[in-house]
Amino acid sequence: MSLTYDDVVAKYEPVLGLEVHVELNTESKMFCGCATVFGAEPNTQTCPVCLALPGALPVVNEKAIESTIKIGLALNCSIAPFSRFARKNYFYPDMPKNFQISQYDEPICVDGYIDVEIETDEGPKKFRVEVERVHMEEDTGKSLHVGGATGRIHGAEYSLLDYNRAGIPLVEIVTKIVPGTGKYAPEVAKAYVAELRDILRSLGVSDVKMEQGSLRCDANVSLRLIGAEKLGTRSETKNVNSLRSVERAVRGEMIRHAELLNAGGRVVQETRHFQEDTGLTRSGRSKEQAEDYRYFPEPDLVPVEPDAAWIETLRAGLPERPSIRRKRLQEAWAVPEKEMAAMINADVLDIVEETVLLGADPTKARSWWLGEISRIANDKDVAIADLAITPKDVAEIVALVNSGDLTDKLARQVVEGVISGEGKPSEVIAKRGIKVVNDDGALMAAIEKVCAEQAETAEKVRAGHIPAAGALIGAVMKETKGQADAARVRELLLGHLGQPTS
Amino acid sequence: MIRSTAAQMAAKLASGETTSVTLTQAHLDRINSVEDKVHAFLFVDEKGALEQAASVDAKRAKGEKLSPLAGVPLALKDVLAQKNKPTTCGSKILEGWLPPYDSTVVANLKKNDIVILGKTNMDEFAMGSSTENSAYGPTHNPWDLSRIPGGSGGGSSAALASFEAPLAIGTDTGGSIRQPAAVTGTVGVKPTYGGVSRYGLVAFSSSLDQAGPCARTVLDTALLHEAIAGYDPKDATSINAPVPQVVQAAKDGNVKGMKIGVVKELNGDGYQPGVRARFEEALELLAKAGAEIVEVSTPNFEYALAAYYLIAPSEASSNLARFDAMRYGLRVGDVDGASAEAVMNLTREVGFGKEVKRRIILGTYALSSGYYDAYYGSAQKVRTLITQDFTQAFTKADVLVSPTCPTTAFKIGEKANDPLAMYLNDIATIPVNLAGIGGMSLPAGLADEDGLPVGFQIMSPVMKDERMYSVGAALEAALLSQWGAPLLDRAPALEAGK
Repeated sequence: MSLTYDDVVAKYEPVLGLEVHVELNTESKMFCGCATVFGAEPNTQTCPVCLALPGALPVVNEKAIESTIKIGLALNCSIAPFSRFARKNYFYPDMPKNFQISQYDEPICVDGYIDVEIETDEGPKKFRVEVERVHMEEDTGKSLHVGGATGRIHGAEYSLLDYNRAGIPLVEIVTKIVPGTGKYAPEVAKAYVAELRDILRSLGVSDVKMEQGSLRCDANVSLRLIGAEKLGTRSETKNVNSLRSVERAVRGEMIRHAELLNAGGRVVQETRHFQEDTGLTRSGRSKEQAEDYRYFPEPDLVPVEPDAAWIETLRAGLPERPSIRRKRLQEAWAVPEKEMAAMINADVLDIVEETVLLGADPTKARSWWLGEISRIANDKDVAIADLAITPKDVAEIVALVNSGDLTDKLARQVVEGVISGEGKPSEVIAKRGIKVVNDDGALMAAIEKVCAEQAETAEKVRAGHIPAAGALIGAVMKETKGQADAARVRELLLGHLGQPTS
Repeated sequence: MIRSTAAQMAAKLASGETTSVTLTQAHLDRINSVEDKVHAFLFVDEKGALEQAASVDAKRAKGEKLSPLAGVPLALKDVLAQKNKPTTCGSKILEGWLPPYDSTVVANLKKNDIVILGKTNMDEFAMGSSTENSAYGPTHNPWDLSRIPGGSGGGSSAALASFEAPLAIGTDTGGSIRQPAAVTGTVGVKPTYGGVSRYGLVAFSSSLDQAGPCARTVLDTALLHEAIAGYDPKDATSINAPVPQVVQAAKDGNVKGMKIGVVKELNGDGYQPGVRARFEEALELLAKAGAEIVEVSTPNFEYALAAYYLIAPSEASSNLARFDAMRYGLRVGDVDGASAEAVMNLTREVGFGKEVKRRIILGTYALSSGYYDAYYGSAQKVRTLITQDFTQAFTKADVLVSPTCPTTAFKIGEKANDPLAMYLNDIATIPVNLAGIGGMSLPAGLADEDGLPVGFQIMSPVMKDERMYSVGAALEAALLSQWGAPLLDRAPALEAGK
């Protein structure tokens, strides 16, 4: 009795709740001076504090507080003039103190929101997702359970513990319940996480790499009959490691809940793990018996009381909201939605904008960064930003193409030269002796030579079979070592063979 | 030589009359000869102490400028981490652990070239008032070996009273410096909370724990106080302000014009007659020295003990969670197929003693959802009220005074099975910890009925620690002129026999 998604939303209203954990990109950990480099040798970024050696004490990383306040401000939250850390007590081997320093009833940021826009049957529609709180905490270490079928602690032969991650600053962003999304719940969930990711990236406070776990989403879903007041029982899906998975996880849970409810069963309040391969979730630990974390204010730390003037300085320094900026640029550059998305995905929006500000045509700037330069970066397996080519270089190259001093093909050689470290575009051009052959006489000589060599093809063109001209143009370009303007060659060639040139 | 004060030893070292190696060796010899009776130490670092002493002597020979206590030996409570030296907190669960780092107190001792003789016995994780809760056997009171030396820092106080060391470090969560000082006829100070760094002090109750100096005279205590105190960026609760000028205050010993407030609630019923008699005489001496004696009332003190026994165990239940056999210390039951959870459970079952378990259970219960408000929440409110009582009292007096303990040293085993009676011993010391202020205990004489030392407690406002040193030094001088010789001269000679 498999239900379709349409059946589900015809009968039930989904209610969402999203918890996002973000690893901050501070240089040191939340409560000690240890480094936070991703992928370091296990247990090399540890000290008495993050290993919870007897007697060691935590001290708050000011930079982490600053980042958290920035996040709160960007999410339209109020910043608490007084907030405190609390201990969340539970035993687990990858948590060295057997309590996590977190925030409980006194979080640093409260009551915010972000608006997300999604495509609906009636066109673009805005949904407001309210943020209940933003709070700081520390990450746990990592366990690797070896042996056993499930990769979980139960049944494992032994476990390896890596405390490098223990104590890395985490910010948890919790939404209020999000009702009223109807059948668009999966899209709203995805759009919210995407928007949040963009905001965090624009703030520069996190790497926001879902695949590396620096941004992790837990999706809470419950269903109630349409028109019902009372909320249904929710499940909490963890391990949702991509934007697409957010959407799939919510959709999958909605269908699973509906099947249970339709069959007269009930939803169990529990943690579930999203399975990337099937798109389904599997049961984790049950939360039927609420765990008692015995929260109490962390006595080793003093309250966080940020100065009001400092908060205002941080507010004034906030970057333009990514969605607003995106709209502004998209309009100004007249870029189709799809290409805009491609630029964002490739993380070249900033570079393209800078190139445009240096005078380049937006379309050209975009196609260089997204095309040739991205391709080279891919080949070399480095980030675009790490290539030795700047927006200024690209703007210069675009200008040279516009003035006819370079052909597209020559420009590619210049780009390649700049990236190889041969210098600025002008230096590459000088060193490589790159120049456009725009002497019609020299071109005509090459055309006559080629037509003589390939007389048969030339005849075909003369007889009106224009597509055959391609081979001849290619040969002329080769003859001129690629330094001719292909358009001019075509023009002269067709004229030479008695064909219309436009 | 070992019966002199630390200040006298320092003077002889400075004049070249003796060397630190000689002085240290003399104390090691003393430890050798009396330790089987006293059992003050869990670890005697003969080699380390002599090496440190030799290095101080070498520095002095080169004419380097040294700190006032350079070369003087000290006994360190085993709750403070010292790099590569056993640090057990009196618990089986930390047996064999060698800290890879120095606590800030130890770093400061080393910086001041104070020679560390070894680690002293204590109630397990500083939980107790008798040192009977040590997993390594009790310490005996040098005044009467059948009696307790106080706790939790009974090892440090007994080391001082038996002349095994002229200086010692203690920690005080509810009286663990002051009560041992009181029952052994020595001096102990709990500085203002935040005055001495807690970094490397293995936590019992984070919001109450405070390390402090112990010695046989007020001046020695002050010298050690200034050596270990000061702001530490590694402890978020450390106070970023200049260290109170306690040495100057101890040297001056001036109480003229000072108002001394007698706490009405910390005297009377339940206090041993001899304790009350010595306390009253001390007040008269202070009045003669020029102080004005006033009475103050602190109505909320009656709830202090109850609040303390909710707050301290609550924090302890969380602080002691880290002892899970995963990274250091004892590991029990790690056999093929045993789960991490089973190893954790078994290790904690075997590794913790009865009193520690009692407090972990108490604290876990007090923090549980549904009970939090009634227990931990109410206790915090009481704490605020007690702090207000002190604030109020300090508008009427510069310092407050009381007997340190209701009784003199009790017999080993006497209260071992009656935790509540044991807890009551700390009734006068606990309010000081709850309010985070400073407290000192110094000897006021011997109780007539049992001939055992009585402690006199002085309490001073936050970061006004110098006041208790002024009063302490004045009282000490007056008593000494009355006695004609230090009180400890009246303690039985340990060499003589049982």
